[in-house]
Amino acid sequence: MRLLTHNMLSSNIKGVTNGFPLRIEAEKVVEKTVEMNADFLKKMFEKIQWKAFIDASRAMGYTELPEEVDPTTLESDEFLSKFHHALLELHLEEGALVCPETGRRFPVNKGIPNMLLHEDEV
Amino acid sequence: MWYLCVFYHRLLDYRKPEVESLAELFGAFGENQNDAEFCSQNKSLQWRLPLHHHQDSPFHFVDLPSEDVARNIANRSILVKGMYELWGEGDNYEELKDSILQYPDDRKFPYLNSNSTFKITVDSFGKVISLQEQKELIQGLSYIPFKGQVKLKNPDHNFWLMETDDYGSNNGLPPIIQKRIFFGREIGGADRKLIPTYQLKSRSYLGPTAMDAEMAFLMANQALATPRKLVYDPFVGTGSILVAAAHFGAMTMGADIDIRVVRDGRGPDRNVWSNFKQYGLPMPIGLLRADNNLPPWRPGLKEVFDAILCDPPYGVRAGGRKSGGRKLLKGVVEPYTVPDDKRTDHIPSTAAYSLVECVHDLLDLAARMLVPGGRLVFFYPVLREDDSAETRFPEHPCFRLISSSEQILSSRYGRVLLTMVKKSPYTEEIAEAARIQHIEFRENHLKWLEDGNLHSAVFSPADAQLTTSTGDSKLIKDPKPKYRGKYV
Repeated sequence: MRLLTHNMLSSNIKGVTNGFPLRIEAEKVVEKTVEMNADFLKKMFEKIQWKAFIDASRAMGYTELPEEVDPTTLESDEFLSKFHHALLELHLEEGALVCPETGRRFPVNKGIPNMLLHEDEV
Repeated sequence: MWYLCVFYHRLLDYRKPEVESLAELFGAFGENQNDAEFCSQNKSLQWRLPLHHHQDSPFHFVDLPSEDVARNIANRSILVKGMYELWGEGDNYEELKDSILQYPDDRKFPYLNSNSTFKITVDSFGKVISLQEQKELIQGLSYIPFKGQVKLKNPDHNFWLMETDDYGSNNGLPPIIQKRIFFGREIGGADRKLIPTYQLKSRSYLGPTAMDAEMAFLMANQALATPRKLVYDPFVGTGSILVAAAHFGAMTMGADIDIRVVRDGRGPDRNVWSNFKQYGLPMPIGLLRADNNLPPWRPGLKEVFDAILCDPPYGVRAGGRKSGGRKLLKGVVEPYTVPDDKRTDHIPSTAAYSLVECVHDLLDLAARMLVPGGRLVFFYPVLREDDSAETRFPEHPCFRLISSSEQILSSRYGRVLLTMVKKSPYTEEIAEAARIQHIEFRENHLKWLEDGNLHSAVFSPADAQLTTSTGDSKLIKDPKPKYRGKYV
């Protein structure tokens, strides 16, 4: 699971009002090189929740991203390549996503988050 | 300018929508394609049929702004055999000659000069022309002042002489009175080699409902898949639709409710990832296990996907499932709770997902998650015995239907590829209406299941239906017309 996916997900258990962001429990993180596409990154930047994204990248062991960003930061190639690395090249291969409100663990195996709810959670 | 557009004689309903979609992709309707006004307009190309031809003929004329647009459309399409600049046409070879001689010299001469190479191909529809006849037909064109060298492999200019049969007999087309001959210069043509490359039998990981390569490419074209776009398939299965979108450079994302399909596949090199790796395509951005009935997208997330394309499980070949099954665990009593010690590896039971609810969820998801002007492309099943009522397709206030193409699958049912474009934003009111509808589906689960059971409608014996409805079954079943164009 890449951090782009993580940034889009929340815990949708019945009754949970604040299921985002899911806390990452990383057991195994892998890096896979992906070709960089600046236009795609800029487009995705607008959709990303930055705070959640930084925290997630730290949970994955990557600390190079700045706390605060504004649209002008996007013009820097150095920033873009870091953003690219964190967004698309870091994979959570094994671990879990933890609901911030209930502590329910959504397991991640072989890079696939299992977001399906149990019968008593829907 | 008008171009001769010759189609493969396949999937007749899908041909023009494909060209129209690609025309939009390559800017035939102007540039600012993403502003809201543009999306709410009806854009379509002008089409014209040759003399005495039927709608289902492979020969059509289409008006396009430039040769570049025509070339781009033809080269990316799956169903266009070729786009041609028409130099002449006629009912017989005398008429053809007059017509070619009348075509302006300044249009012809640049392609006839002595330092270029060329080739003439003779093609026919509905008949076979022997090699000897082909040679005579080419020699008969000597009134055109070709000065270049003949070169059979990769010539600079390709010319085509195309002929149709007299349709006295019914050879794949409805009877047409006269034959027509066309001569033109090729501008571009489909790369059908894609289809054998991507054909399902070469795929390392397949499921029972994997989308065949040709149809998947058509879907990707309807979705305007290009680099920098993010496309999503909520019923991803083995990824067969996303593979086609990835071929055109789109970033892909998929979800499925069946974890064995998305995570495990059939082994380390036989899974959804390997289906992309096999063709050297970039891996999906994300794959996850999720239920389209209760999608796990964070609140506030919207307008992220450029297109959503899918083949929803409508219950004929594969039934849909959603969360909220009621199969009790051993030793557990109602109200339903999963004991804490069993939570980690618990496999939740699922409930059947009716077609109506599935389509409702899909439209709601697309309305929220598509960018303005984004496209929703999906299959919708139709029962073909319902001749009385005209088929009604799903509607949504955020979407405009731009094309519907039927593919007949059996005498009793078919499927229609619907392409919709998002024309207006997802408002609070629409979200609230969708939420109420969602609850209604939950509360009347069984009723919806019975109403929307396509499987039994398709597979129940036809005779039983007829005899129970009326006493005289012979009068009811009127014979299907002899010509059945949509079967090809």
